[in-house]
Amino acid sequence: MSYRIVHYINQFFAGIGGEEKADYKPEAREGVVGPGQALNAAFKGRAEIVGTVICGDSYFAEHMAEASAEILEMIRKFSPDAVIAGPAFNAGRYGTASGAVLELVSRELKIPVVGGMYPENPGVELYRKSAYIVRTSDSARGMGPAVQGMAALALKLLDGEKIGTPEEEGYIERGLRKNIFLDKVGGERAAEMLARKLRGEPFKTEYPMPVFDRVAPNPPILDMKKAVVALVTSGGIVPKGNPDHIEASSATHYGEYSLEGVLTADADHYETAHGGYDPTYANKDPNRVLPVDVLRQLEKEGVIGKLHEKYYSTVGNGTSVANAKRFGEEIVGKLKKDGVDAVIVTST
Amino acid sequence: MKEIERGGIPVVHVCTIVPISQTVGANRIVPAVAIPHPLGDPTRTHEEEVQIRRNLVLKALKALGTEVHEQTVFTD
Repeated sequence: MSYRIVHYINQFFAGIGGEEKADYKPEAREGVVGPGQALNAAFKGRAEIVGTVICGDSYFAEHMAEASAEILEMIRKFSPDAVIAGPAFNAGRYGTASGAVLELVSRELKIPVVGGMYPENPGVELYRKSAYIVRTSDSARGMGPAVQGMAALALKLLDGEKIGTPEEEGYIERGLRKNIFLDKVGGERAAEMLARKLRGEPFKTEYPMPVFDRVAPNPPILDMKKAVVALVTSGGIVPKGNPDHIEASSATHYGEYSLEGVLTADADHYETAHGGYDPTYANKDPNRVLPVDVLRQLEKEGVIGKLHEKYYSTVGNGTSVANAKRFGEEIVGKLKKDGVDAVIVTST
Repeated sequence: MKEIERGGIPVVHVCTIVPISQTVGANRIVPAVAIPHPLGDPTRTHEEEVQIRRNLVLKALKALGTEVHEQTVFTD
């Protein structure tokens, strides 16, 4: 008898549509949909996808509690032995939804769960402790190895086999500690490691220090009436025609644009370059992402001192952390030079 | 956003998916309307929409004027 698997995927991989369908409500279908076929093939008859649950990425993100509960019930009805979600690659909302579903299933149904994501997917940091997340490439070009890894790990978990280290099994480190016995005591191993380090040889720590990149909050603005406030967005609002050719995804640069004399970010002069959400609403009224109109009002009323005469924009859609960090460092240097007191960052 | 904070300017993040903002490390967070229109609502009239946007921006300014010691979500 083969194991019963339920597969969770988003509206895109279900073939329902792209961003214009991202508000698609949860739906259960019998059998395989989309990437489930490749997963089924990778199971080689040992497990079978009996049902697929689909949900739009934006719908899930905007209705997390209701959507999770509904999806859990849909999954429960298939009486699965395990649940697989994704692979979500570097899609942030999809990764977050996959992780949330897997966490809930693991807690409520107490069955094995496996996801698949690129290590920079925000779903990893949120859910790696709750689920095995197989390390994948950043885009669907890596579908083949991703489903192979996910299927293999799922079968191992279903068989009750011992799961090896993240490197051995290809999943992302979960931050869990396991006691194991080794021939050499800790002191001896540490001394060997130190000796290797001193000789300039490669060595591997047994306990990597967690990296918490947190920044302490800055003191508040005491007198907003005198403050120069700047707008920065990852929602991709650019002057019409996207003069700097900011990429629709995986942006490698940002734009700096003048707001001098601009009273509103209207549709005649602005648009979005973002490829990761339905652009209809932002293109119809770009103030919905870059609120120039109300900031001009508040400036006129004296609520703020001044709206900074430049704004900065990039596309936060699979953009690498390294690039985003560089944009931020450069932008803050410019803002400080221009005497900006406070910043509003908007994201889609 | 975090680099702007690190650079010494107080920053507020107006966004819809609050858990992602928290994971990334924003200190002042204002939840927005929806992913494709964080500061607007196309189902409303233009006047109502501007009012919604104005309230969100005022909330963001209030967050910038509030002393915080840890990640804070400004819900009202």
